[in-house]
Amino acid sequence: MTTTASIQEAFDCSRAQKRAALIPYITAGYPNLAQLEPLVHALEDGGADLIEIGIPFSDPLADGPILQKAASQALEQGVKVQQVLDAVARLKVAVPLLFLTYINLVYRRGIEEFIRDSHQAGISGLIIPDWPWNESARYQDWAYREGIALIPFAAPTSTDHHLDAIAKGHGFVYTVSVTGVTGMRTKVDAGVEPLVQRIRQHTTLPIAVGFGISTPEQARQTGMVADGVIVGSALVQALMDRPDQAPEVAERFVRTLRNAL
Amino acid sequence: MERVKAMPDNAGRFGPFGGQYVPETLIPALNELTSAYVQAKADTSFQREWMDLLKDYVGRPTPLRQAYRVTKELGFPVYLKREDLNHTGAHKINNTMGQVLLASRMGKTRIIAETGAGQHGVATATAAALFGLKAEVYMGAEDVKRQALNVYRMRLLGAQVHAVNAGTSTLKDTTNEAIRDWVTNVRDTFYVIGSVVGPHPYPMMVRDFQSVIGREARGQFRRLTGGFPTHIVAPVGGGSNSMGIFYPFRQDPVALIGVEAAGKGIDTGHHAATITKAERGILHGSLSYLLQDEDGQVQPAHSISAGLDYPGVGPEHAYFHHIGRAQYVSITDDEALRAFHHLAEWEGIIPALESAHAVAWVIKNCDALREQKARVLINLSGRGDKDVDAVLEYEGGLQ
Repeated sequence: MTTTASIQEAFDCSRAQKRAALIPYITAGYPNLAQLEPLVHALEDGGADLIEIGIPFSDPLADGPILQKAASQALEQGVKVQQVLDAVARLKVAVPLLFLTYINLVYRRGIEEFIRDSHQAGISGLIIPDWPWNESARYQDWAYREGIALIPFAAPTSTDHHLDAIAKGHGFVYTVSVTGVTGMRTKVDAGVEPLVQRIRQHTTLPIAVGFGISTPEQARQTGMVADGVIVGSALVQALMDRPDQAPEVAERFVRTLRNAL
Repeated sequence: MERVKAMPDNAGRFGPFGGQYVPETLIPALNELTSAYVQAKADTSFQREWMDLLKDYVGRPTPLRQAYRVTKELGFPVYLKREDLNHTGAHKINNTMGQVLLASRMGKTRIIAETGAGQHGVATATAAALFGLKAEVYMGAEDVKRQALNVYRMRLLGAQVHAVNAGTSTLKDTTNEAIRDWVTNVRDTFYVIGSVVGPHPYPMMVRDFQSVIGREARGQFRRLTGGFPTHIVAPVGGGSNSMGIFYPFRQDPVALIGVEAAGKGIDTGHHAATITKAERGILHGSLSYLLQDEDGQVQPAHSISAGLDYPGVGPEHAYFHHIGRAQYVSITDDEALRAFHHLAEWEGIIPALESAHAVAWVIKNCDALREQKARVLINLSGRGDKDVDAVLEYEGGLQ
């Protein structure tokens, strides 16, 4: 099995169970890098189908206050890209792992090197919010052959032309539920369902929805229309409330969401 | 001399630099902006309206005159392009008038901007007031405290000022916050970027609006002397005043000198000499040079001049450096301060600390310039009233 196939398998598996895949996000280095391994295992035990690991960046312009804070606390502790790669390489998990980070960290290491090193560490896909399709398209197929899906984005403002283009992408479509940044919101935007339906007319890739999904009820609602539900800020906020019990909090949090799907 | 090609290309590239590195949510807005700008650029009624505003509201053309006492002190002719005489006291307003006019033409109802010490914020608030549009300005929390007068100026002009506490609370974090606002309110909001930075089409659009400086200067200098200057010297932070004066001279036999801030010294790590370091990186939507660590984490910049205190630089400057069309040098805080005093005493002009960097480079290199029989044109990008408090404090208060 190639690692990129495993993204598809994860979605196939949840679809066979007639539910959306659950994709939690954590920031590597929050509360500290030593917690990455127990946290990832806790997420897997809680029922995550895929896991996003954020590599902290100094200028996370797609993130709201919670994930900004997690990134800056990780960086204050001196977390380095190589340390994250090494920590991920030591993980023994069955679910596909994805990196979420910003383009400058990728570019600085060398785009090809970053992709190869991520694959070596056992990563299946990269989610780079500030690397839009026009800039990343020429790496799509090469990266896929190297075992890395460069996850394409769709937004409420996306044109039909863009949705046609990303049909040639790999992994899944990361759908941004609202115009805005990551963060907790009180309800699922009414535009999510028509947006997902619109994207489906253009691509057969699985569609996962993120940005603002915080509660089991919101996860359930989103899971009714999408193939995957991404939860980041609400989980990281729960860890911030009890950093001393991070793995236990993470497992409970993910299990509650999973039961709602 | 190698001919500089028309840039950027359709993807917003200046050679390897530039591009559009922003979230997908913003891509359609950038495409809308690009086509609105391209249409406006070709539309004589837009151009006439903008030129009328520059003439009757901003006070252009700004004078270009030989600085006779500087000339006498240094031993070769030195000329000043007086952007400090614009309404609001700096070149910033050339750009904000253009962008806000475009925003109003596009039917956008809300204007946002980032600002460091407040110059671009004041220039944006001014243009927004003139057009009856609501402006919201993001400014670092520390600067909101330090630059209380500029905050009050923006409020007088009807703008709302948001203090940014995120990250290091400097201009780069303020820019992040403005981008976050834009990505959230993209449908009705126009983001007025203050320099030749950001995703395409901003570096091109801001360059075009600021090129009025160089177009005027080219005509004025030829009328005055019958020829070209040998050197044009301008300060570079993000790079809008320097690109504005360089660009119309790019095909001419003129040395273009961009002066960055060396802060406390390049070796101290406390500087803003992005092109001098020349490490490629991506920040705020474009690939250019960037102050960063070995992982690519962006490093805070330092300069006594708030307008130069930015860890990135416009992608077209990176391109000019890459192909050798412009030369980039750096000047320390202390050198800039001495030039600040010299220009005040020699010419009766208190320059902005940004502009003082350009003056300082000319003074520092006066022997070589005299030998070359140089005729030097300095872009005096802004007036120094805003810096008087900071200089006084730096020098230990009134004696």
